[in-house]
Amino acid sequence: MAKSSITLEVFRYRPEIEQEPTFQTYTAPYHEDWVVLDALNYIKDEVDGSLSYRWSCRMGVCGSCGMMVNGEPKLTCAAFLKDYYPAPIRVEPLANFPVERDLVINMDDFMHKLKDVQPWIIRDQEKPVSEGEYLQSPAELATYKQFSMCINCMLCYAACPVYGLDPSFIGPAAIALAQRYNLDSRDQGQDARREVISQHEGVWQCTFVSECSVVCPKDVDPAGAIQQAKVSGAIDWFKSVLMPRGSQ
Amino acid sequence: MREPYRRSMSATTWWLSKRIYVLFMLRELTSVLIAAFLVVYLIQLAQLAQGAEAYTAFVERLASPGWIIFHLLVLIAALYHSITWFNLTPQVIILRRGEEQVPSIFIAGSHYVAWLAVSVVIVWVVVGN
Repeated sequence: MAKSSITLEVFRYRPEIEQEPTFQTYTAPYHEDWVVLDALNYIKDEVDGSLSYRWSCRMGVCGSCGMMVNGEPKLTCAAFLKDYYPAPIRVEPLANFPVERDLVINMDDFMHKLKDVQPWIIRDQEKPVSEGEYLQSPAELATYKQFSMCINCMLCYAACPVYGLDPSFIGPAAIALAQRYNLDSRDQGQDARREVISQHEGVWQCTFVSECSVVCPKDVDPAGAIQQAKVSGAIDWFKSVLMPRGSQ
Repeated sequence: MREPYRRSMSATTWWLSKRIYVLFMLRELTSVLIAAFLVVYLIQLAQLAQGAEAYTAFVERLASPGWIIFHLLVLIAALYHSITWFNLTPQVIILRRGEEQVPSIFIAGSHYVAWLAVSVVIVWVVVGN
């Protein structure tokens, strides 16, 4: 039995009954080892079954439970009540995305952008399986490993004012994942990704606010990935101007 | 029933909502002061082309309190811009020795060392001669 309780002010939007969102106040038991997601699950199970939100693994791997907690993009499975207690906690859907219902955002835009950067290994010519796997040294793995930790939680998009102001921006996670594959020694897809990455809506839209890297729960540093992609893009461009034939 | 709700972001006041956004805007705005300084500097060079008399008169005008305050503000802006950019360089420049990444302090540090070296040369040219 919890000794005390905590208040949650939760964003509600039910398109069938309201045109504008409202905030609903709930009380949940306070436990030192509870996270915001535990409190939401308590509300859903015991208080109000109509509350909608996404979650799955409860351990910072699936990237489903990202929400705004007191205005900051957070994985609610990693946001402990004790860091906010005894003040009330305001829970809202991830910023910069349309809201489908309550805390559920529409992620179609991100999914399309993710697909556009082709985040998979591209080969000019696949070698036959009989020739074995594509080998990679630990040093080659180290060049991209950090960017491969992305769990597509979209906290970086909620933190990015450039994406908030102009949703045509490809955005932090998609570019970090493009960079992850561009840096992979087994990949030959740089040219295929260049059109998306080097266009204005790609890396050049980023003004290096860096908040995406601050909120990233996996220390991917998407802001760094974007700047590094800018450097490679600029070098490629200079090469193509100085050595129009040599760069082919 | 689907009717996605879109929240809007203020194009003019968004940066007031978070400290990191304010610091970012300050870094961007330093360029306005630096641009203003460069305009003054270009005028100064134009005066030099006009001859010694015009140049001396212009430099004397720059000694007024208003211009000194302006140049102090430019100096603060240039320092803020340079320091914040140098501190960001480890995110942009990644050097590796095998599996190990060269530590951030060496990347940012090399920029500070280069800055110091250039400053020493400038001071030597301006003061030493």
